[in-house]
Parts: sequence; structure tokens; C-alpha cells
Amino acid sequence: MYDVIIVGAGPAGLSAAITCREWDLHVLVIDEFVKPGGRLLGQLHEEPNGEWWNGIEETKQLMDKAESLNTDIRCGISAHHLEKVKDHHFIVHTNKGNFEAKNLLIATGAAETAAPVPGWTLPGVMSIGAAQVMTNVHRVRVGEKGIVIGVNVLSAAIARELQLAGVNLHSMMLPAMNSVTKEHAHPKKVMDGLSRIAHLAPSAFLRFGSRFTKSDFVRKLATQFYPKSGVKMWGMPIHLRKAVTEINGKDRVESVTVFDITADGKLIKGTERRIEVDFVCIAGGLYPLAELAAVIGLPFQYLEELGGHVPVHNKKMETPIDGVYVAGNITGIESAKVARAQGTVAGLSIAKKHVDGKADLDYRLLKAIEQVKTIRNEATIQFHPHISEGREKIEQAFRRIVHS
Amino acid sequence: MTNNRRIVDHPVLGKLSDRKEITFTYDGQTYTGYEGDTIASALLANGVRTLRVHEESGKPRGIYCNIGHCFECRVTVNNETGVRACLTEIKDQMVVESGRVLPSPLASTEHDTLPRTYAEFVKQQEEEKGEV
Ligand SMILES: Cc1cc2nc3c(=O)[nH]c(=O)nc-3n(C[C@H](O)[C@H](O)[C@H](O)COP(=O)(O)OP(=O)(O)OC[C@H]3O[C@@H](n4cnc5c(N)ncnc54)[C@H](O)[C@@H]3O)c2cc1C
Ligand code: FES
Repeated sequence: MYDVIIVGAGPAGLSAAITCREWDLHVLVIDEFVKPGGRLLGQLHEEPNGEWWNGIEETKQLMDKAESLNTDIRCGISAHHLEKVKDHHFIVHTNKGNFEAKNLLIATGAAETAAPVPGWTLPGVMSIGAAQVMTNVHRVRVGEKGIVIGVNVLSAAIARELQLAGVNLHSMMLPAMNSVTKEHAHPKKVMDGLSRIAHLAPSAFLRFGSRFTKSDFVRKLATQFYPKSGVKMWGMPIHLRKAVTEINGKDRVESVTVFDITADGKLIKGTERRIEVDFVCIAGGLYPLAELAAVIGLPFQYLEELGGHVPVHNKKMETPIDGVYVAGNITGIESAKVARAQGTVAGLSIAKKHVDGKADLDYRLLKAIEQVKTIRNEATIQFHPHISEGREKIEQAFRRIVHS
Repeated sequence: MTNNRRIVDHPVLGKLSDRKEITFTYDGQTYTGYEGDTIASALLANGVRTLRVHEESGKPRGIYCNIGHCFECRVTVNNETGVRACLTEIKDQMVVESGRVLPSPLASTEHDTLPRTYAEFVKQQEEEKGEV
């Protein structure tokens, strides 16, 4: 029986594994992807200081550390069920058999929200994250010319990554409004979202390359009168007053149908036209990937600030089920640096239970919790405003549940 | 790396390192990929986007999320069905087949006569009784 099984080898799972190994726990990390690193692998952003946040390099550093501690990390294994047998005895059901552990850490990360547009099932339509992974991880071009549907922090970041790799993008625009796309299809709301991010002191949007910063993009964003030709980011137009109503093609993407839209997202008659593309990326934002937390019976709370339904947990990454921990984007959508720091916290919390007489661990845990806060406040990428309020609410939810 | 769909040079990530070439088949046709490719990336690098057809309608489908979440990329690998192409590393001599149309167990020839609601069921029962 393992001391701990960690589901997910992203930045959260890997840093937790490293910490657990540093305290000599018997650890197994499983991940269903072909290599460890999670969504960190695809990331490539320019930091405010001009340095690149290179996810492949960051993953390598974590893996070097993990390997130097002889950490058992296995890829190509999918967990589909978590079972509690009794206190501190859990079974992880996977496609490669069952594994038993005294503790579980669920670090499954985030998934992309669908923003379906008619025609989305055609081959050549993919989520923006799919394009990121194809481009930066697999190094395969997703097509000759594409369009991005959905304008948010993640899609802008990834559009830039596609450009860097020499993949041709026509533009970015909104999805046409329907009962699912709602917020993503409303120019004012999208603009609000972007300008909220833009005025944050270190801001992803402001920092994405000097051209972007120097352009008056942010100022233009704040105005109601969005330019008809869009606002250009690295030469690529971002349109908040155009929407894709349909993706067309017989057996694969051939074109998209586009309309001009009013400031509140209504299609303007007579403005319809077609743009030829061979791929389409849909960006609907991220939500915590938390099914496994649900099957083991963790309570949930819906918090807009954290990106959706999150399993109830506290700052130590403990949950109301003794022995079950969570870390990373499953606890709320934030950058990889925050996820990595949360992993350390989870690792220390788990170690604390198993290593006797090491008062030092309490101190380290407090320090690690402080570190998460510091990194959160310095984050260059923030997916949701009011993240700290969301964190406070989930902490309260934990106290309510544990004390009742 | 001969294929122009590969991003060989990258201004930040650098040059793609040489990897071992791998041969596999997809729907009977032979393709090459590289060690470390997934089935989905190796096929896309060969210009193949369609990985299956919808089991009932026959409409073509390809990857959507590329990281294992959506199950849009189900293929058959060495006779195992329902394998996610985006999560499966390509191996030498692998036999990959696209997902096909399946016979529909729900297609009923009696759909005109079977009751659809409990009310219809009761009505039919009464009618049958009346006939007896
Ligand atoms: C498509 C996508 C793109 C993103 N791009 C960026 C970006 O550019 N910049 C940024 O700052 N943030 C980005 N993020 C946010 C990202 O979630 C965080 O930056 C960070 O990677 C979260 O770390 P994590 O360890 O919590 O989860 P992840 O990095 O997502 O790692 C979770 C791991 O768990 C594995 N897993 C999940 N479920 C199972 C299961 N049932 N069985 C086995 N293994 C499982 C996954 O394969 C994955 O490797 C992106 C997220 C997504 C989904
Ligand atoms: S493309 Fe979504 S699971 Fe493979």
C-alpha cells in the first residue's frame, strides 16, 4: 500500500510528489497523458521582465527533481473511480488495474468549457488548448489558416503562441450568441472582462510583448466604439463586434460565416460574409476538472471567482474527507505557478501526518501557505478577477462543513 | 523531418530534435510518425483529420480537446475499441482503425406501434382488452 497516490502529474501533482519524496513517503503518481507535466507543457508566455515562461523547461526542472528523489511516476494511466474502503485506505481504479493508498491527492487540473457553434463537430474544429498542445508539445501545425472563436486571456495567449510557431491566424472574434455561449458572445461583457484584467498591476494582457503594450489596445478596449477593423495584436485583428454564426464544410472545415454584431451581441442584418479557413479554435474558458472529487463524495461549492464547481478544501489543501487532498486547478483556475506552490502545501500536509516529531513541518507548512498567497498576488496571468475572495469563501465553506 | 506540417524551427522552443521514425497503419494505409507522437499528432502531421464517424449518423469527427477530456477522438488500436487517439503514444507497427458507424440497437421496426408514454400504454391495454 502506498502512503499516497497522486492523480495528475501537472505542476501541482509533481511538486506535491517531490515534497512527499523529500519526507521519504511511498508515493505513486499517475497521469493519463503520454508525458508528465500536465498543461504546463504547452505554456509559453513572455514575462514582464522579458524572460520566457517555457512550460517544457519548467516541467523538466520538476521532473529532474522528482527523478533525483526516485519518484514513481507512471503515464498512460487513467483513473476512473476513487473508492474509500475505510479510514486511510483508498482504492484508485484505473485502466491498468487498482492501486491502494493511505492518502489521495487529486490534482487533475482544469478542462475547457465548450462554447459550441453550429458546425463544431467538423474535423478541423478544436479547442484553443488543443491547438496549444499540438503546436508547442507535439510540434505539429494545426492547419494553414485559422480563426479563433472566443476572446479571453487564454485564447489571446495561445493565439500569440500559434503566431510564434508560424501558424497563420486570420483573426479572433466572438461566438454568435446562443443559450450556451451567453457571456462569451456579449461584446460588452467580454470587453469588461478584458479591461478588468488590463488594469491589474501585472497583467497578462498588458505584458504580452512590447508591441501590445505600446499599442493603445487597452484604451480602445475600454471604449464602446470598437473599431470595425478590430484591434490588432501582433498584426492579428481581435474583433469584439463580429461573431461567427456557423462553421461550414463537407467533411472538414472550409469556412466560417461571420456577422457584425451590436454592442450587446445581436447580429446585424446584411453583414453576413464567409471567411475561408481550414481550422477553427474555440475558446470558452476553463473550469476545474473535478469528477474524481465527486465520485469519492467530496462536497462542492460553486464559485464564479474560482471558475466553477470546486471541491471544498482549506488552505492546507485538506478536504472534509480525512486523507483526501486536492491541489492545483481543481481548486480554482489560476496560473501554473500557483498550482505548483499549492502542490508543495499539499505535500507538506500529507507528510505532516506521517512524519512524527518533526515540529519543523508545521513551520514549513505555514511558510508554504504564505508562499501561495505571494505568488497569487504577483501572478502575471489571472483568469478570474476576485480570486482571493473566492479563496476566502471556499475556506469558510470548509469550516462550516467540518464544524457541523 | 520531411513533413512540412511539423514545426521544425521555433524562435523560443528551438529546433525539433531528431527522433526515431515509426511506421504504423491507419485504416490499412501505412504512415510514418515519430517516437513521442500521439496517434492524433502523427495522423495530423500526415494531413489526416478524421478519426472516426459518428456511430449513428456517419458524420466525420476529429480531435476536439487533444488532452483526453472530450472523447471525440475514439479509435480502435490493435483491436481495442474506444481508445483516445490524443492520449495514446504511437508505437511501431501499431494497427489503428477509425471509429465506424454501428448498427443501431435502438432502431425499432415497431416504433409506430409501441407506446411512448404510460398513458399510451394504458390506452393500448384497454384497446386490447376490448378486442378480446
Ligand atoms: C488546455 C489548457 C491550457 C492552459 N493553458 C494555460 C496557459 O497557457 N497559461 C497558464 O498560466 N495556464 C494555463 N492553463 C491553466 C492550467 O490549468 C494551469 O496553468 C496549471 O497547469 C494547472 O496545474 P495542475 O497541476 O492543477 O493541472 P494540470 O497541469 O492540468 O495537470 C493535471 C494532470 O492530471 C491528469 N489527469 C486528469 N484527470 C486524470 C485522470 N482521471 N486520470 C489520470 N490522470 C488525469 C492530466 O492528464 C494532467 O496531466 C491551461 C489549462 C488548460 C486546460
Ligand atoms: S480529443 Fe478530446 S479526448 Fe481526445
